[in-house]
Amino acid sequence: LSLSLQAKMSRPVQARRLEGIDKNIWVEFVKLAATYSTVNLGQGFPDFPPPDFLKEAFVRALSGESHMLHQYTRAFGHPPLVKILARFFGKLLGRDLDPMTNVMVTVGAYQALFCCFQAFIDEGDEVIIIEPFFDCYEPMVKMAGGTPVFVPLRPKDPKDGKLMSSADWQLDPAELASKFSERTKAIVLNSPNNPLGKVFSRGELELIADLCVKHDVLCVSDEVYEWLVYDGKEHIRIASLPGMWDRTVIIGSAGKTFSATGWKVGWVVGPNRLLQHLRTVHQNSVYHCATVAQDAVAQGFQRELELYGNPDSYFIQLPKELQQKRDWLIQSLDAVGMKPIVPEGTYFLVADISKFKSDVPDVPDSDEPYDSRFAKWMVKNKGLAAIPLSAFYSQAHKNNYNHFIRFCFAKEEATLKAANDILQKWKQEKTTP
Amino acid sequence: TMALRHKNTRRIEGLDSNVWVEFTKVAADPSIVNLGQGLPDISPPSYVKEELAKAAALDRLNQYTRGFGHPSLVKALSQVYERVCGRKIDPLTDILVTVGAYGSLFSTIQALIDEGDEVIIIEPFYDCYEPMVRMAGGKPVFIPLRYKNNGNSASSADWVLDPAELANKFNSKTKAIILNTPHNPIGKVFTREELQVIADLCIKHDTLCISDEVYEWLVYKGNKHIKIATLPGMWERTITIGSAGKTYSVTGWKLGWSIGPQNLIKHLQVVHQNTLYTCATPLQEALAQALWTDYKRMDDPGCYFYSLSRELESKRDRMAQLLREAGLKPVVPDGGYFMIVDVSALNVDLSGVDEKQPYDYKFVKWMIASKKLSAIPLSAFCGPETKRQFEKYIRFCFIKKDSTLDAAEVILKNWNKQAA
Repeated sequence: LSLSLQAKMSRPVQARRLEGIDKNIWVEFVKLAATYSTVNLGQGFPDFPPPDFLKEAFVRALSGESHMLHQYTRAFGHPPLVKILARFFGKLLGRDLDPMTNVMVTVGAYQALFCCFQAFIDEGDEVIIIEPFFDCYEPMVKMAGGTPVFVPLRPKDPKDGKLMSSADWQLDPAELASKFSERTKAIVLNSPNNPLGKVFSRGELELIADLCVKHDVLCVSDEVYEWLVYDGKEHIRIASLPGMWDRTVIIGSAGKTFSATGWKVGWVVGPNRLLQHLRTVHQNSVYHCATVAQDAVAQGFQRELELYGNPDSYFIQLPKELQQKRDWLIQSLDAVGMKPIVPEGTYFLVADISKFKSDVPDVPDSDEPYDSRFAKWMVKNKGLAAIPLSAFYSQAHKNNYNHFIRFCFAKEEATLKAANDILQKWKQEKTTP
Repeated sequence: TMALRHKNTRRIEGLDSNVWVEFTKVAADPSIVNLGQGLPDISPPSYVKEELAKAAALDRLNQYTRGFGHPSLVKALSQVYERVCGRKIDPLTDILVTVGAYGSLFSTIQALIDEGDEVIIIEPFYDCYEPMVRMAGGKPVFIPLRYKNNGNSASSADWVLDPAELANKFNSKTKAIILNTPHNPIGKVFTREELQVIADLCIKHDTLCISDEVYEWLVYKGNKHIKIATLPGMWERTITIGSAGKTYSVTGWKLGWSIGPQNLIKHLQVVHQNTLYTCATPLQEALAQALWTDYKRMDDPGCYFYSLSRELESKRDRMAQLLREAGLKPVVPDGGYFMIVDVSALNVDLSGVDEKQPYDYKFVKWMIASKKLSAIPLSAFCGPETKRQFEKYIRFCFIKKDSTLDAAEVILKNWNKQAA
């Protein structure tokens, strides 16, 4: 073999951009849930169906005269969908949006995030990520050659006797400000926040906005749970704050909006100046998104636009139903000694398991965070699947908050009752000598 | 400073223009007879459409499925391709389902091409190969198919690679070669001998092969599609890409797949889990059912994998005839659903058109405006050095219903009259 051939064969076949991003919590936990769980409150998807009007829209799209819905549509978004999104979000933002330049459709919000990092994050750029975070932000930033800079939400003890709320987890303003440097290209905001369920207040958003404007930083605003807010709280869009429209990309998801995660339809809304670069990434990576689902989602939004503010609106019905489910699960967990943190939004809640740990002893020198071991034990021995909070932290901080687990409550009543039964039985087994 | 900071990244510098974005907009006018973009206007088979309706009615199929590919789909794909390739294919480790073959190309290139890697691209090429390689930091190295002028009837088989020229393109930096067979736009179906030349070089230089085989079922009489991955020494270094859109005339489903050895596919899976994570569930389930239907009749000529190519062969022949009657010499493809033709015989003088674009771009725009017929300029499929060689060619798509071809016939017949 020639020397150059030997040298070639000794290098890894894969590209360097894959370094450190091959591990994925979901691959492991989804497999565990599939193997062991009888009640799956782990991965975030509803076990109830999408609303009838949406399923009907899909069927209508398929049975139409024209079979052209089985062919390519416009690459940057099916015209009926981008038009209705522009109208809908234009109304919410108080802006005139051009469907062709201020909106782009993506394969789920996941691909929207990918386009943002590929379009704006270069080697050496820093991206601020608020912990705990939806786990894909970190590897996506790394794949783009960026450096993630983490800043934690810190829990404040609740007032006596009250359950902790996701609102009690807050950024320290000085700490946040210290994370901005001349290399900071973007900050990722996720409100309502997965996994905690935190809905950032106007004051908190203003804090972030001021720093973005001061340091000329972009904001990637992941708002997929925008409709899932409880207790009369308001989801505020950071792009509507002064100075923010020009520097923000808003990300949304039909999967979360319409309980159809398997359709993989997402979108970005923002100024053309930023979206033009997302279009470049999109046209060089997937190019088109599937047509039929886009058409059905467009019809879904048409209905919601007509019913906006009306009690029949799915955007009002769904959070109402989910709030009830949230409250059931809170009761179940509180009754057995797991301490739930009441989420202001999303369909997740995080519970403190420190008083419930006896079945799973601490292993001092373990590489694996405690909550991960606990969650694995729980699914294998109790059949109840949940996700350890450490999954949503950077490697360096995985042991900072390692006694919490995340539950998804977007589940049928029967599922939540079954979860309650498991928890009750478990508690009884613990108190019996 | 604001303008500088929010500038695009280096990786997408210069990749913003795109022939499709330019030409699909212009051709969208319904009065234009659209033979440009590769988009069937024939209906997909009814059982395929029915499967999607059935899938959407099942509640659980509206939620997330397995990231690397819906279980029933990867199982069906493994069965079909085990049969075709004559080797065991593990559905979980040897297959990745992607958003169209486009998504497979992206995942493959992002996974395996690094800064400074050279990638050999055969011209003319499906236009995305070049920007995707550049976006991954790779360097495209072009080699043209050359027309060997031996006879009157132009066939895609007359376009060949010069083996010595090809060998010269390989060096220690060559990470991969992209092969497209059946070939878009020419329609060439690479023979076993031609594939062996490429395979020998890949093995000698330890180079990967990215084999875009989206038109694998569309081969016409007298031709056979051969998978380069089945040649000795090639399975371990080849990613083979396929497409539901082209297989079942459902380009709007945007489902494709990459098949290869675990040690390569695992890297594509890492890209996938960090880009879009999972593909749509109901579409994957419907595709799985459609594949099972045809898998069971792979010995039967009624299988859609074979019946579609028979249907298209007569459209191919009709398209070729129409172009001949207009005084042109089409290159009759052995596969695929495109046909290229040299338009210089039409003598359309566009020197007055004040645009710094190649002749074929100007020609197609003029043809759309004045003849209400669209096609795609071939120089869109060439690297910088070769654009001049191909700028008199345009590409027609013939996977069109009879009424569309009838309308094209009217235009082409009238054209000839005017010229005379």
